[in-house]
Amino acid sequence: MRKTLLRLEGLSKSYPGVRANDDISFEIGEGQMHALLGENGAGKSTLVKMIYGLVRPDAGAMTLRGAAYAPSQPSEARRNGVAMVFQHFSLFDALDVAENVALGMENPPPLRDLAARIRTVSEEYGLPLDPSRLVGELSAGERQRVEIVRCLLQDPKLLIMDEPTSVLTPQEVEILFRTLRQLSGEGTAILYISHKLEEIRALCDEATILRGGRKVATCDPREKSARELAELMVGQLLTPPERPERPFGEVVLEVEKLSLKSNNPFGTSLKDISFQLRAGEVLGIAGVAGNGQDELLLMLSGELRAPSPQVRLKGDPVGHLGPNGRRAMGLVAAPEERLGHAAAPDMSLTENALLSASRRKRLERGGFIDWGKTEAFAREVITRFDVRTPGPHVLARALSGGNLQKFVIGREIELDPDVIIVNQPTWGVDAAAAATIRQALLDLAGKGAAVLVISQDLDELLEVADSFAALNEGRLTPVRPAKGLNVEEIGLMMGGAHDMHVAHEAAQ
Amino acid sequence: MILGSINPAVLLAALMVAATPILLAAIGELVVEKAGVLNLGVEGMMIMGACIGFIVAVNTGSPFIGFIGAALGGMALALLFALLTQALMTNQVASGLALTLFGLGLTALLGQRYVGITPPRTPKLDLGPLSDIPFLGRALFTHDIVVYLSIVLVAAVWWFLKYSRAGMILRAVGENHDAAHALGYHVKRVRVLAIMFGGACAGLGGAYLSLIRVPQWTEGMTVGAGWIALALVVFASWRPWRALAGAYLFGGVVVLQLNLQAAGVRIPVEYLSMSPYLITILVLVIISSGKGRSLDAPGSLNRPFHASS
Amino acid sequence: MIRLEKRKEPSKFWGIANPFLAVALTMLAGGIMFAALGKDPVVAIRLIFFDPIFSETFGSYSRPQLLIKSAPLILIAVGLAIGFKAGIWNIGAEGQYIMGALFGAGVALAFFPQPGWYIFPLMVIAGAFGGFLWAMIPAILKTRFNTNEILVSLLLVYVAERILAAMALGLMRNPDIPGFPGSRDLRRYEAAHNAELFANTGIHWGVVAALVAVILAYVMMTRHMLGFHVQLAGQAPRAARFGGVSPARLVVICLGISGALAGLAGMFEVSGPGGQVRIEFASGYGFTAIIVAFLGRLNPVGIVLAGLLLGLTYIGGELSQMMLQIPGAAIQVFQGMLLFFLLALDFQTNYRIRLTQGERA
Repeated sequence: MRKTLLRLEGLSKSYPGVRANDDISFEIGEGQMHALLGENGAGKSTLVKMIYGLVRPDAGAMTLRGAAYAPSQPSEARRNGVAMVFQHFSLFDALDVAENVALGMENPPPLRDLAARIRTVSEEYGLPLDPSRLVGELSAGERQRVEIVRCLLQDPKLLIMDEPTSVLTPQEVEILFRTLRQLSGEGTAILYISHKLEEIRALCDEATILRGGRKVATCDPREKSARELAELMVGQLLTPPERPERPFGEVVLEVEKLSLKSNNPFGTSLKDISFQLRAGEVLGIAGVAGNGQDELLLMLSGELRAPSPQVRLKGDPVGHLGPNGRRAMGLVAAPEERLGHAAAPDMSLTENALLSASRRKRLERGGFIDWGKTEAFAREVITRFDVRTPGPHVLARALSGGNLQKFVIGREIELDPDVIIVNQPTWGVDAAAAATIRQALLDLAGKGAAVLVISQDLDELLEVADSFAALNEGRLTPVRPAKGLNVEEIGLMMGGAHDMHVAHEAAQ
Repeated sequence: MILGSINPAVLLAALMVAATPILLAAIGELVVEKAGVLNLGVEGMMIMGACIGFIVAVNTGSPFIGFIGAALGGMALALLFALLTQALMTNQVASGLALTLFGLGLTALLGQRYVGITPPRTPKLDLGPLSDIPFLGRALFTHDIVVYLSIVLVAAVWWFLKYSRAGMILRAVGENHDAAHALGYHVKRVRVLAIMFGGACAGLGGAYLSLIRVPQWTEGMTVGAGWIALALVVFASWRPWRALAGAYLFGGVVVLQLNLQAAGVRIPVEYLSMSPYLITILVLVIISSGKGRSLDAPGSLNRPFHASS
Repeated sequence: MIRLEKRKEPSKFWGIANPFLAVALTMLAGGIMFAALGKDPVVAIRLIFFDPIFSETFGSYSRPQLLIKSAPLILIAVGLAIGFKAGIWNIGAEGQYIMGALFGAGVALAFFPQPGWYIFPLMVIAGAFGGFLWAMIPAILKTRFNTNEILVSLLLVYVAERILAAMALGLMRNPDIPGFPGSRDLRRYEAAHNAELFANTGIHWGVVAALVAVILAYVMMTRHMLGFHVQLAGQAPRAARFGGVSPARLVVICLGISGALAGLAGMFEVSGPGGQVRIEFASGYGFTAIIVAFLGRLNPVGIVLAGLLLGLTYIGGELSQMMLQIPGAAIQVFQGMLLFFLLALDFQTNYRIRLTQGERA
């Protein structure tokens, strides 16, 4: 039996209207790989924020190596040997790697010495990094390395990793796992947060499962099947979506040799993109975040204009058309970011229904809005797609991620499109809502619409897609039938272990 | 030639004097914006400094105490802005405008009995033999201490932002406040301090107008200097030395324009006196015409921060 | 420990109550200020806020003044509010107001002394066009070069002020009175005079225009796609682009509307209450209108009330200056405080104050 590093006893935290954590207790041993498993909204983030000193528990206590541990801020946690790799929000684009690392350290050495140490440590753990590069110019995988190296430089006893693999290709995941095993072997405990079951079964020796803010189990994940874990996590068994066999129709959307500059200085420009999409077909596009997914969606939805003849909808050039022009011709889209892009957070669902449906549903005449009709349409979306909300007057930001996503996707599907483009349709959405959304997309394809799903979730793509391509640094691979593809092949399509070899060469 | 009658050394000296008020205000605002806050109240804080500095200097007989009073006056107004935007989460643009409107009104009221008075003279800094160097001596070494102080301030801000840990934290807060918060930095505390520094600098800049450059108190005497300082920050791409260059360039335009007026060029005074504003706009256009967000602009500029946890 | 907590939905109650509360707090703080100046606060406040309307002595003079002062404020504020909603900050309305006046007066002076029914309508068009044109400078610089419209529109105020001075001293100077700055008095040129429409009410064409503008703005903001797009762009710019809104088009529309309305206000002023092009013609309506727009919650109907209130402070300010020798600048302080209090109070529209126990049990 190994020594206990961190013990949590009865931790609870409430926010208005939500009990985020309710009486949670478990232990993490020294050098242990401990998984924290749960759906979105199960309370994982709140729990680790308490361990990292960002949030104070309402009740309960923690002990670290036998001593009472109640960090009031992250620096206190870091002094105690607790480090955290965030999923989002902790890097500074306009600062260089060394500065970013220094900002996450308690007593950083002078920047020049730090740069040298970054080089040494990053290579020791197989995560090469150039300390003088601006973080904004790094790929998602490299950005994560910055975070990890930042933690490693402080000799952590406990390393918290929040959904670390969501930004990595399968090959990069392998490298990360090797690093984590090396750390664990050296005695560093790892608290690994994820909702990906296979990963946890491959990596961790203990798992704590949260559901609805409560602990439902602590177990050895290697002794459970993925199905058992899923049941513990979700609380019910979900049926995988049905995929009726269907013939594909004519080509409805066609992109030919299209290159387009990103409108964002840290964005990825599209390079020489070509593909065809047939009626009734679901095309899945994989790729690690930041490889041009946003730009691809913007280019297809019409928010970014493209050279006209290179984008064709049912044979007609549409590159010059804006979003409304393309909607009129039957192409609709649902961008990745729900709040702020697909929907206006501070507007009601009725107003958000008007956002993209005004023309196609004839909610306006001569520019004058028919609010009655608009509200009726919003209600229709709410009922048809089981959006849990008191009514269409509610502000978009008051809805949970899953419900808002059902509303957004539902709104587009109700427009009866010939082509629908969705980016990350189930990102941050609970399992039940995700299943509803995937089924709705498949049903739409069953009715003869062409569906293009951009996603970073490979499981999702394999579940819904008929054909498959991957985005890598703004380039799209040739489209292949999804049937028979294995994860290894997909990983290579996504670019393999991104620029790892490049970085290795640079280091030599 | 009319221009022939203008002594370049005198021109250079006058240019530095003309540039100092907006340089002071701009370097303060630069720090504020680097911390991610857009304070459009520079004009209000400057006029506050001009007024308070003048009143204090007249009543104490000491311009130096006047400058201290001006810095405090500007800071007091800045603190009001900090309270509104950081504690009460108000819109930064609206709050900045309110600060300017309020500052202009308040100073008109406070300074009423000081119109037409001459303030105590600020002595020139005696730099001994340096000022006897031909040309350069006259141009560079005949100034009051504030002119040099403003240059020292630029150097200090440059060093602070580039090399100090506190400066790095300030940049981090301005670049991505959510990340800074996640790492445990006190976003609001950093911002309040930056805002106060900005207020003090603007106050000094205002006092330089009323105590040295003009030197007199009149209602609304800053006539847009604060706005020009704001433009200067954009022009400088948030880099201190470029702010200095921009301020001197602007000072050059002002002085040239004044000299042309004095030399009796046949252009009505009104048209000459609009040139600083037009040139500021022109420079803004040239600077902003690059595409997209410049890497220098702080990523969280003018975005409110409220810790959700 | 006190903490702010974001409300799930903004409070409707505080949204409406705050302007009233802000006015009350401003009166209180203003009273303290007057007391500090050695004036009787109660008398001063009454003089500013009540006497212009209700006093037997001043009422007959100042009641019509109310509409004269409020109309330009409302006209300008309605336009500004549309832009503010879209996140487009035109704060140079003062400059557009001046240019409107100059264009309007320019037409009048060009026709002088001819009679003709068409002269005044032409002046109206010219006034709106002058303001529009001046607002197009920041609009086009913004759309073409991504230049900050706040700074450009504001800097153009100083340019407009100097053009005004140049005109009053040069091109538009009254040739009949040599040596004095200022143009002919348009009130004495019947074809160009924006006269009172009903005796002793203060109602002139500017008041009518303000009313029409308020109604049109209300309809646009609540019933028309353009109003919807304006709000969308202000709240969620990316969602607006997704909705098919062109940001450049919106910048041009918003600045164009607010510029034209400010220009109209200037034109009605110079041809009526103001009377002539003078160096000191601009009296800060363009800046006060910013306060009116915020106080009126960027809502056309709210702006009418706010415009009347601030119009009142203008008249009350004059009264208090006359009766109590309270400096004119006091009114500016008043207006600034009003905006401060309003902004400060607004946090409770979006946030809830909670007292929490910071320490754990």
